[in-house]
Amino acid sequence: MEFRRVVVTGLGTINPIGNSVAEYWENLENGVSGSGMITHFDASKFKTQFACEVKNFDPTEHFDRKEVRKLDLYTQYALVAVKEAMADCDLDLESEDLTKAGVIWGSGIGGIKTFLDEVKGYANGDGTPRFSPFFIPKMISDIAAGHISMKYGFQGPNYGTVSACASSSHAIIDAMNYIRLGKADVFITGGSEASVNEAGLGGFNSMQALSTNNEEYQTASRPFCKSRDGFVMGEGAGCLILEEYEHAKARGAKIYAEVVGGGMSGDAYHLTATHPEGRGAINSMKMALNDADLKPEDIDYINVHGTSTPVGDIPETKAVQTVFGEHAYKLNISSTKSMTGHLLGAAGSVEAIASILAINNQIVPPTINHKEKDPEIDERLNLTLHKAQKREIRAALSNTFGFGGHNASVIFKSFSE
Amino acid sequence: MSDIASRVKAIIVDKLGVDETEVTPEASFTNDLGADSLDTVELIMEFEKEFNIAIPDDQAENIGTVGDAVSYIEENAK
Repeated sequence: MEFRRVVVTGLGTINPIGNSVAEYWENLENGVSGSGMITHFDASKFKTQFACEVKNFDPTEHFDRKEVRKLDLYTQYALVAVKEAMADCDLDLESEDLTKAGVIWGSGIGGIKTFLDEVKGYANGDGTPRFSPFFIPKMISDIAAGHISMKYGFQGPNYGTVSACASSSHAIIDAMNYIRLGKADVFITGGSEASVNEAGLGGFNSMQALSTNNEEYQTASRPFCKSRDGFVMGEGAGCLILEEYEHAKARGAKIYAEVVGGGMSGDAYHLTATHPEGRGAINSMKMALNDADLKPEDIDYINVHGTSTPVGDIPETKAVQTVFGEHAYKLNISSTKSMTGHLLGAAGSVEAIASILAINNQIVPPTINHKEKDPEIDERLNLTLHKAQKREIRAALSNTFGFGGHNASVIFKSFSE
Repeated sequence: MSDIASRVKAIIVDKLGVDETEVTPEASFTNDLGADSLDTVELIMEFEKEFNIAIPDDQAENIGTVGDAVSYIEENAK
C-alpha cells in the first residue's frame, strides 16, 4: 500500500529556554541552560530544589480570567504553543474541511496540580465533598486535546496519548499514521507537561530519579557525564502542525521537514529501569528506520532521550551502537535535555522541534554541562559536547522512552519534492 | 444593597468573570452572564461555602437568576 506523505508546516513552543520557536532555537544553538532554583512553590524541604521552569509566563496575557480558572497549567502551555504553531502554518480555517483536521496531544500526567489542590482541599475539610465541578475536566490528560479542538474547530480524530516521557512522540507518530492512511489531512499534535509542583517533584524525588545537585543546579542536567545523578525536571509544551504533502503544496505552505517514520516498542522488563542492553530502544529505532525506508547510514543526527540518569544513558548509547554499527561514530548525537531539562510528556514534542530545526539550519545543538568521561560510554561516539556543530543533516531521529518501558522513535527528513 | 446581595455579587463577578454592572437581580446565570451547567454548579457550591448553608439539588434547580440566589440565601442563611 502506498502511503500519503506527511510534512511539518508549523511549529510552536513554550519551554524553559524559549517562549517562542525563535528564542528556543537561539538558546539551543548557544548552549543555554534553563535550570534555576524553583520559584513555583517553596521547595526548601525537598531533596531537589531546582528545575527547568518556564520563565516570564503570565497566563492573563493569553487567557481571560474566567478561562484561566478552568485551565490547568498543562493546558495553558498547550494552548500557547498551539497558538504560535497555528499562526506559523497560516492555515485558512474558513476554507478547510475541518472534519479532516484532528488533534492528538500527549501528556504524561495531565493536570497534577489541579488534582493536588482539589484533594488537599478535601483532606483539609471535615469530610464533606466539595470538589469543584471543574476538577475532573481540568485534570484529565486528554482535556488539552479537547480545548485545542474547541478553539480551532478541528472536528477530526481527537484524543490524548499517555506513555509517560514518550507521550508526545506517540502523539506525533499517531498523527503521521492517520494522515498517511487518509483519516485526516491536518493534525495539531505535540504535548505539554506542568508538574513542577509539590506532588510532581516529591514523587520523582522518592523514585530517586531527579538530580539532587542543588549546589551546581545550572549544570546538573549533564547527560553522558560520569558525575550525572538524575534528570532535571522541565515543563512546557511543543506543537507541530502535520499536514498531508499535496494538501500543503496546494496551499503553498512553508514546509519545515518531512515526517518519514515512527517506531514504537515496549521493554517488557521493569517499571522504571530501562533494559540494560537497550532492547526496547533497539526495536524502536529499527522499526522507525524500516518505517521510513531508510538505512542507518541515512541518519546524520540522533536527538537522544539522554535524561542524565546514571542508569538510562548507558543502555541508550549501547542501543545506538547496536542499530547503527560503524555509522554510530559518523553521526552526531546530542541530548538537548542538558539545556531544557526533561519535559516528560512534552519531551518528544520539543525535541522533535529541535531535530527539525537542526535539519533546517544544518546545525546540531549541543550536549552541554559535560565535565567528565564515563568509561561505560564509548568515547568514539560524537556526543556534540559543549558547542553546536555545523554539518550536513539529511535526516534526524528523535528518541523518547517512558516509565513503563514505552519507547518511541520518530524520523524527520530534509524536505525535497 | 443588603450584605447578602453584595457578597453574592462578588462571587458571581469572580467566578464568571463578568462586569459588576451586569450582575442585576434579573440577570440569568446562563442566558445573561455566560454560565454553562458546570459554572452554575460551581456558583451554588460557592454560595454554600460563603453562607455556610446546604442547597439541595432540587432547590438549586430553581436558582436561575441573581435575584433567585439572593432570596434563597436570605431565607435560608443562619
